[in-house]
Order: sequence, then C-alpha cells, then structure tokens
Amino acid sequence: MELIDQHTKKIMEGCKDRAREAGLCFEDETLEYIVTNRDLLELTPKVMIPTLYDYWVHDVEILKEKGRYELYPGNPYETVINTRPAISFYNDNNPDWLNVMIFYHVLAHIDFFQNNLFFRHTWDDDFSGQALSDKRLIAKLRSEKGRWVDYVIEFTRGIDNLVGYHSELSRLNRPLSEERSKRLDYYFDVFLQAVKKVKIHEYMKEIDRYNECRVTYSGHGEKAFFADISIRYPEFETLFKKHLKENNGADRDLIQFLIKNSDVLKKDDNRWMTSVMHVVRKTSLFFQPQIRTKIMNEGWASYWHETLFLQDNRIKGHEVDFARVNASVTALPRVGLNPYAMGMRLFQYIEDLGDKGKYDWEFKKIEDVDIRKKYNKDTKKGKDFIFKVRNDFCDFMFINTFVDQDFVSRNNLFVAGRRLNSAKMVWEYYVKSRKAKDYRQMLIDTLYHPPHIEVDEKKCNNRTLYLVHHFEERPLVKEFIANTMMGIEYLWGGPVQLETSEVVSVPVPQDNNMNSAFSMPQQKEIREQEVKWERVVYTMENRKLSKKPL
Amino acid sequence: MNDNIQNYYQELKKRGLTSEQEQKILSELEEENHHEISLMQSGVSHIAFDSLLNIHTYNDLCKLQNMGPPQSTYVNRLRSIDELLERDKQREKDGFPRKIRVGRLVKPRKGDKEKVIVVPTTVEEKFLHEKRLKTSEEEASGGSGEGEEGEVIHEQPVHDPETHGGAGSGEGDGGQHEMESNAYDLGKILTEHFELPNLKDKGKKRSLSRYTYDLTDKNPRFGQVIDKKATLRKIVETNIILGNLPDIAHIDPTGFLISPSDRIYRILSREKDYDSQAVVFFLRDYSGSMHGKPTRLIVSQHVLIYSWLLYQYAMQVESRFILHDTEAKEVDDFYTYYNSKVAGGTRVASAFRLVNDIVEKENLAIDYNIYIFHGTDGDDWDTDGKESVPELNKMLTYANRIGITIAEHSSSTGNDTEVERYLKKSNLLDEKPDLFRLDVMREDADETRIIEGIKRLIS
Repeated sequence: MELIDQHTKKIMEGCKDRAREAGLCFEDETLEYIVTNRDLLELTPKVMIPTLYDYWVHDVEILKEKGRYELYPGNPYETVINTRPAISFYNDNNPDWLNVMIFYHVLAHIDFFQNNLFFRHTWDDDFSGQALSDKRLIAKLRSEKGRWVDYVIEFTRGIDNLVGYHSELSRLNRPLSEERSKRLDYYFDVFLQAVKKVKIHEYMKEIDRYNECRVTYSGHGEKAFFADISIRYPEFETLFKKHLKENNGADRDLIQFLIKNSDVLKKDDNRWMTSVMHVVRKTSLFFQPQIRTKIMNEGWASYWHETLFLQDNRIKGHEVDFARVNASVTALPRVGLNPYAMGMRLFQYIEDLGDKGKYDWEFKKIEDVDIRKKYNKDTKKGKDFIFKVRNDFCDFMFINTFVDQDFVSRNNLFVAGRRLNSAKMVWEYYVKSRKAKDYRQMLIDTLYHPPHIEVDEKKCNNRTLYLVHHFEERPLVKEFIANTMMGIEYLWGGPVQLETSEVVSVPVPQDNNMNSAFSMPQQKEIREQEVKWERVVYTMENRKLSKKPL
Repeated sequence: MNDNIQNYYQELKKRGLTSEQEQKILSELEEENHHEISLMQSGVSHIAFDSLLNIHTYNDLCKLQNMGPPQSTYVNRLRSIDELLERDKQREKDGFPRKIRVGRLVKPRKGDKEKVIVVPTTVEEKFLHEKRLKTSEEEASGGSGEGEEGEVIHEQPVHDPETHGGAGSGEGDGGQHEMESNAYDLGKILTEHFELPNLKDKGKKRSLSRYTYDLTDKNPRFGQVIDKKATLRKIVETNIILGNLPDIAHIDPTGFLISPSDRIYRILSREKDYDSQAVVFFLRDYSGSMHGKPTRLIVSQHVLIYSWLLYQYAMQVESRFILHDTEAKEVDDFYTYYNSKVAGGTRVASAFRLVNDIVEKENLAIDYNIYIFHGTDGDDWDTDGKESVPELNKMLTYANRIGITIAEHSSSTGNDTEVERYLKKSNLLDEKPDLFRLDVMREDADETRIIEGIKRLIS
C-alpha cells in the first residue's frame, strides 16, 4: 500500500481548504493510500483496517444469505475509516477530477465522524494504534495458548452485538450544566419511596423542606437538609454508600458482566481470556455508530461532494463526467433503497425547509394547510440547521423525524411489495403504499437493531446465568441460539438460561404445488395469520440445549 | 413414443393398480413437459429482492470508485481450505460443533466437466432478530417513480425450480470468494473432510493408454545397467556348454570364457502400466414426478460421488450417464445429464436393462471395476419390481458396488415408496450387502445428509 503522490495530495489539500470555507470542520491530518486489488483482499475481511486482529473466519466467506440477517458491524469496503488521522483508500487509476470528487466525499465523511455525537467515544483514541496493539496482544496469546484464543474470540464475537453502546455514550455525553447530587437522587428516588415507603403527603413535605433549605441557606442548602435527615434516619448514610457500590456496576453489558463475575475467567490460568474479550468488545463498540448512521453519513457525504465539486474551479470541463458518476451513485432506484440517494435528498429537503423557516415554532403553530404550503420566511438558516442535524441525529431519529408525507410525495417514493401471481407464474412487484407512515416504517425495519438481551441478576442463582430477551415483536433466529449459548456457557462456566418469546405454532395450511406435480395449481391466497407469542426458556447445560415454555 | 407408453400403461392397468398409483401414473402422463436442457443463466437477470432491502450493502469503494470486489487466486484459497478443514476437525475433538461447510456447487459448464466451484462458508452465529415473519406476504422494499397504489411495476418469472441452480447454490453470486477447483480436488476434500472410506481395490486391470518407463527388461548386449546375476548365469550356462565346468563341486571361474552375448543388461523400456480403472454408471430418474427437490438432491449427490471417485481412482474413472423415464437413454456428458428437464413416466427397469446391455456389448466387466449409482424418488410404475429385480440381479454379477438413493417426497410417509418396497422384498440388501446398498432420504435433506448418504452407499 502506498501513499498517494504529491500531485494528488496537493489537489486534496486544495479540497480541504474549500471544504473548510463551506463550513465543514475536521482535523487537519489525513492519510491517503493507493490501494490495489491485492491490498483489498487482505483488508476487506478486516473492515479495511489493516491493524485489526487476525481471525480465521476472515479466510472464509461469511454466509451472507442475501441480506437476510444483519451484517457484521461495518462494511468491508469502506473508503475512509474513522481513525486519527483518518485513512482513506483510492484506486490507482482514478483521473484527477474523480479524485477531487471522491476526496470531497471523504472529507464530508471525516467531518461527520468527527462531529456527530454518536461517535463521541471514538474521538479521543486513535483506533488504528489501539487495534495494532490489540492485534499484537492476540498474536502473542495465540503463540502461547494456541487455538483456545480463537475459541474465546469466536464466543465473544457471538455476543458482541449486545454491547452496551448506548450506556457508553451516555456516560460521555452528560450535559455539563446540571450538577445533581447523587445523594439527593438516592434520597428522593429510592430511599423515601422503596426503603421507607413514606406516604405521599410526607414525601411532598420533604420536597418543600428541601426547597426551603435551598432558599434559606443558599449554597449550603443541601448540607443543612441532610443534616436533619441523618438525625431522623441514621441508617441513611450506610444505605446510600451501599447503593453507590452496587450501582457502580449498573448498566453492564453481557461481556462486561461475564468479565466481572464469571468463575471460569477468575481462575489465574484464564485471566488472559478477559483481555481478549475486552479487545472484541472494544472493536464492536467502535463500529456500532457507523452502522447506526449509514444513511445519514452517506447522505451527508453525497450532499457535500455535489455542492463542493460544482463550486470548485479546478474541475472546469469535467462537469459532464462528474454528472454521470454522480447520477449513478445518487439516483433513486425504481425498486430498492439507496442510502446515498435517500440521505442526500433528505438533507436537501431539510435544508430547504430550514430556509423557509418551517422548523420554527411559529410554523408549527399554524394549522391552515394553504398557509403552510406557501410559508416561506427565507431565513437562510437551512445550512445551520443541517449542521445541527449532523451533530445530533442518528439514522433512526433522522428517519423518524424528517421523513414526512411532503418528502415522500416530492420524491415520488413508495413502498414496493412483491407477490406471487400463480396464474402467470411470475413475481409481481407492485406499488404497495405511497403513505409516509408506511414508508417510514419500512425504512425503520431495515435499520440495524440487535436484540435487547440483558442479564437478570435477580434470577441468577448459584451458578446459572439468566438472560432476558426484552421482546420487541421480533423473534430470535432459532438456528443460532444453540451455538451462541454454548459460547456463553463456556465463558461463564455454568449453565445459561435465556428467556425469550416464540411464536406459538399455528398449523400452517398445506404448502402447495411448487414441489409436487400431483396437485393442481391453486390460486395462492394471502392468509393473514394471527401471530401469538409465548415466553420460553432455553437452557444450555453441558453443551446441550433444552427448551421449555414458561 | 407416446403410444408405447400408453400401451405400457394399459398393461399395468390390467395387472392391477391401486388408485393412488393410478393417479401418479396419470399425472405423469398428462404433463406436457419435455426433456429440455435449460440454458445456463450467465448473469443475474432478475433483481435480487432480498439484497435490495439492505442499505448496508452499499459501500463507497464499489459505488464511487467503481472498484469491483477483489478477486483472489485459486491457489491461495485452496491452501487455506486445508488449514480450515484441519481446524474444523480440531473443533470436533474439543467438543464444539463443526462450523465450516464445504461449499456450494455450481453446475459445471458445458464441455468442461472438470470445473466445479467450491466455496467454503461459515456463519457467525449471534443472537439476531429473525427478519421474516411466517406470513405469506413478502417483506416490502422501497421504490421511487411513477405508479398508482396497487399498480404492477415489474414482473419477473418465478425462478424455475427445475433450473438446476442446483444443490443450493447461487448463480455464482458470491463472486470473489469462489474458487475453481477440479472435481479431483473436491474429491480430495470430500475424502479427507468427510472421511469417506477408500474403495477397496478389486484387482488390477489393464490400462491401454498408460505407459511407464522402467528398468525391468533384460536385454543382452546393451542397456543402462548391467544385471550381474543374470550375466553370471548366462556365463555359467555358456561355459557348461563349452565344457568348462566338468566338476560342479569345484568351480574355477578363472577358466571361464565370457562371450559377448553373455552380458545381460537392464534397459529402460516402455511398459504398459497396470492400473486399476473404473467405470461408473450414473442413473437418474427424470420422470415428471421428480419435479423440484428430489432432482436437485440426486444430482448434487451424483456430482459429489463423481468427484470422490475421480480422486480415488486418480483420474482413471470413466463415467457413463443414463437418464430414464419410461425409456432409458445414455447421454454424453455431465452437463446434459445434470440439466435435462423432468418429464414423462417412470420405469426403472429400462435403465437397468440399458446398463446391462452396455456392459455386455462393450465387454466392460473384464477390464473395469464397475459402479452403478441410481437416484430416484421411489415411484415406479412397475410396482412389484417384476422387471427391475431380475435386471438388478444381472447387474450384481459383475458390479463392484450398486448404490440406490431414494429421495422421498415429503408427502409420502416413510418406507412406502415402490422401489424401496420391492427392493426390500427381494432381499438383495441382506444377501449381498457388499455389492448392493440402499439409502433413503427425505427430499429436504441438506448437504450433510447427502454426504452421509454417500458414506452409506460406499462404505
């Protein structure tokens, strides 16, 4: 892999200047590499990060099953990766103007990585360097422990989509303004209600008393308040301290829980396993925001590469070439979803609405449809607005908030469905719905969303680990449950139970005609079945899985 | 042709048929299909609906920079397969289930029956949401452009189940990870990975086309290496004739005369190589009842057996392909065998008869190890095996191994396909377990089951 030549680098520095003028904000250092086919071969299984650890599955094609299941976090073919400095890859055959376009695209990605709050936990470290040291660690362990390292990697990867991404983020993104005392929270939220179970009027009295103390003693209000409490409830302090200790461990995801509490991992011989698990967890956390902001990221990058490219005076004469490439990237497909197209149009739409002032409170108060249509305050605040959106939103929020009927109608979007026409023996693709609500729902359904599985500490007894799947109307893939739980059992060192919901088997009407030549071809009836769910518990003990309904 | 079939049908009717059997026969008769060979679909002409749904399949490198997915060389991949299989075996020893599946097969291209595409695959298992609910409505995707609600915007013919995109493969969709391998290598993999037993040698038969060069021939007067023992013998012989050896007890070699023709050399010469060789007959029922899964199963099993045999006999295998419905015919290459569509009635005996005829006419029994593998869905118009069993007996006289695979329809309950019944009745399985094997599997069997079936047939 080589760095790009000086000539191209100069062009790219020029791009950086123009991008900064337009308002994008990113760190100065970037690295660009020319990548050949062979490099790609080695890089792709490692999600383009050359320093990511080696793992045998990278040598095998991961069965993708045509998009049926979610992909492993991160796309294997990124052009730019979220490291410090940001690294990007280019084909060695690109003409200059194409490089300019790609570089604008890359810069917008970098800007997104470095400003969107969902990437907060990646801002402080250089992932590339981290990954390198992790890779060396794992290689060293592999030389000592052999294939057991790979087993640990495999089992931890089996649960790495359950990492506590949001709790990590919430730790980092605390607003700086409010300083609320933990003691106060504990007193009002837990102590009075759960421990002492005071009556409501007493509770209200306490609140009033607190407010009085605040007023009377200004700065020392809280101290005074609690001085009184220690007289009335002497056990308060000890309970509070205990609560602090316990809750320090709250919000732990499954991997952290295993590291902290597993008997197997506590043994001296097995201490090394925890470092491997940390590596896998870290890697997964790194990639989480990228999958969760795919549409926004690509849309943002497409928006800017179009805007900046056309403004660039160095590309005179290549407008048509650019138009062709751009069209192929950002065209809305007849059937299907293109994140570039979708994201870009959403940003343009948002900017347009922002300019017209349609996101202001005043506009929202208006009820008259006609006035709403013609409303245009021409505030020119659209750009600011999209910068704010870039900072604060993730894909789900983005789609939920901004995909409305206006957007759907403007771009002629619809939900496409497929049905079998057995008379003609063809698959018919048809327009299912043009309503924004349905379109939004369809988009949301395609987003990355791992199941919400947590450890239920109250139900863990002796050596059994009890996991609860908080059901969201989507069942787990049955075939994978056994092996994943076997991995958890190995790491936990005891039986593991998983509570989840499954479909109550409803007798399916006879599957007809495709396979046997015997029956007459029938009209395929669309049968809406009532789906019923029941809670079941899977138990994995000694590498055997059993199931029973709750 | 049709008349013949009709006559046969009438004959059977006279012999007596149950209503079920009659129904089956009638349905096969009434089908309008013909045996055609489907054209191979080179590209993916239809929109893969599922992949549309996933926005995460888009990536910058492919879209913006138009770089295709990287191609790897076959040699690299082949090496890693060995390592991977080693690892997989180790997993089993450590008490964990195996993870690597040996690939998907794509139909061999026309004219080149050696090319089989193997893709090692595995799945990273996690707790994941199931994407499809079990309703009959397919999941929706997005779209843009003109069209009223309910309007049809595109039609695509249903992917023909008879098109043997067979053995659960895509049309080479996982492009960059495919590996072209000889059927030979596939056989090697199968032998090692699945521990298929090596075939016992039934004796060396002459090969007429292989020659090796060996220092075995003796030639007087000139050659590469002098053969001391033979030379000495010759010298002694000569001298006895000359009378130089009056007394056997006291041999005085100094008095010997050595004539020029006494020297015996060993010379490098062309020898015919004695190599074991096999002929395999692949028989397949391609009647109308074999529509869909049974055909795919049988055919993929035959591909695997073929590859495995290639490896066993180190390429010295000749294969013959026979298709049959009510009549049997031999086809020239695997491609045709694989791709001919199903149609017509079922008469297993016709295939057996053809095999017997071929063996007789070409005198194969003398020179070759003969293997016969037959795949069917178990239905046969000849319900009692009155014609098939005698033919089968005849085959058993010369064959090294006969394996019959029955891919049952899911609609039939166990053990009641006609072929199975009459085979069991004939007791041939018990009498000659070394020569004759039967394997019955359901039509939704997966790859592991197929390989297990092969093990049963050849162990």
